[in-house]
Amino acid sequence: MIIRKPFISFMLHKPDSLATLDNAGIHRAGRWLVRGVNLAIEPEEIVTLIGPNGSGKSTTAKMALGILKPDEGVVQRRAGLKVSYVPQKLAVDWTLPLTVRRFMRLTGHVSVDAAESAMASTGVSHLADAEVRTLSGGEFQRVMLARAVARKPDLLVLDEPVQGVDFSGEIELYDLIKRIRDEMHCGILLISHDLHVVMAATDRVICLNGHVCCSGTPTAVASSAEYKALFGARAASTLAVYEHHHDHTHLPDGRVQHGDGSITEHCHPEDGHHHHPGSEGRSDA
Amino acid sequence: MLDDFFTRAILAGMGVALVAGPLGCFIVWRRLAYFGDTLSHAALLGVALAFLFEINITLAVFGVSACVSIALLLLQRRGTLSSDALLGLLAHSALALGLVALAFMTWIRMDLMGFLFGDILAVSKLDIAIIWLGGAVVLGILTLIWRPLFAATINRELAEAEGMNPERVNIIFMLLMAAVIAISMKIVGVLLITAMLIIPAATARRFSSGPEQMALLAAVIGSAAVIGGLFGSLEWDTPAGPSIVVAALFLFILSLFPVYSRRKTQTVEPVKSANEPQKGTRS
Repeated sequence: MIIRKPFISFMLHKPDSLATLDNAGIHRAGRWLVRGVNLAIEPEEIVTLIGPNGSGKSTTAKMALGILKPDEGVVQRRAGLKVSYVPQKLAVDWTLPLTVRRFMRLTGHVSVDAAESAMASTGVSHLADAEVRTLSGGEFQRVMLARAVARKPDLLVLDEPVQGVDFSGEIELYDLIKRIRDEMHCGILLISHDLHVVMAATDRVICLNGHVCCSGTPTAVASSAEYKALFGARAASTLAVYEHHHDHTHLPDGRVQHGDGSITEHCHPEDGHHHHPGSEGRSDA
Repeated sequence: MLDDFFTRAILAGMGVALVAGPLGCFIVWRRLAYFGDTLSHAALLGVALAFLFEINITLAVFGVSACVSIALLLLQRRGTLSSDALLGLLAHSALALGLVALAFMTWIRMDLMGFLFGDILAVSKLDIAIIWLGGAVVLGILTLIWRPLFAATINRELAEAEGMNPERVNIIFMLLMAAVIAISMKIVGVLLITAMLIIPAATARRFSSGPEQMALLAAVIGSAAVIGGLFGSLEWDTPAGPSIVVAALFLFILSLFPVYSRRKTQTVEPVKSANEPQKGTRS
């Protein structure tokens, strides 16, 4: 396996960075879960963490959140930073009566208006009086997002927000996350469980494998040698194609204009629109 | 009015029930039933120490329960034994130590049964003052830490990430538990305290749509059980502490029957099972 230093160096310790990890690492039971992570999240920036299982994505996010203290390196958060966190797992037991409306103000006071508009923006207003444990996977993810948004955070950390959501729901959720960033002007740290579908609006992808394997724009990461070495060429090609918004445009007459300006009669199989759920390359490589 | 032993018993019992209800909700939500048992078993060691050093029993029981809580936290952090094994170890060691210590104190003639099953009909005015004052302090602190404690019950990491301190509220909660055990030991006894914490909360669950509502309802149901149990014990000449628990159980069984048709439609089985697989995909 080819392992090289991150090929893009970050401008660390900028005063307005929401959170900064400098050479941070977590050591547990005789081994490093993740080590040497350099990463900064700027306001209004979407940073996506990808990597295979056990590559330290959640661990890295928990360091940024302050849940885990780094055993090595430094983690800094801007003073007075307001964080919202959507954890990977959240099981609400039957013994706990909890409606969506009450869930909105779980960790702090949230005004009725803020809760209502957050539920409306994620499309769960009709579930306000439902018990949390009766929701479906997709509904629950939206409710968790609504709760996070209602707090009006500076930094939103989402740990695998699209799990348990089908493909079209996934795209919708990604659009929603982008809208949240655009409307709330918050920085977003997103952990993606899916190596192949990285949301198009991501400003920066950081690929982890116990350390930062590579990072940059989604396209840059997908074409990097490190990424291909880690996930294989096919995964790399599917990662790239999700940027279909920028790849090519369907002209009114049915022809297709590609990113490089050339025009063809129809799409090519490797074009972004031909990424089908459940077919090739969707299982973890 | 307080000169009547029965009135004193009802006042003392209700004081305990009002505190045990809300705290019991957290015991149920956090699956800490066995923890409650452990603390109450350890209470007997507190009784023995109180006799040995001639200090106030309630204070000694609180001290021992608090020490057991802290010991549990420290042992859990070492992570060598599982939590339930640790609880069993602490519970029965403390109970056995208490019994052995009491046996050594041959100069004391005491009614062990009174401590195991409570002696609510013998509460003094001072006991009532301790219960209501102590209970008010416990409920006051619980109100203060309610939001972080509840958030940490739902998800510890979420609470911590969003600026709360789950570790600290957990320790405070354990101390509140120790306090409740200490003040309620005289009412229902060491062996039945956990019942007063859990049964009213479990009964309240069916009729609650929010956590705060469930806490209030558990307090009310617990009080009803105290009144019902004491009158039953007077009527049929049964031991008071166990009668209160039986009354609570009776209310719980009643709650299982679909009294309100609206509730009934919400809790029918198919709805529940239909949601199970979706829950699974989330985790």
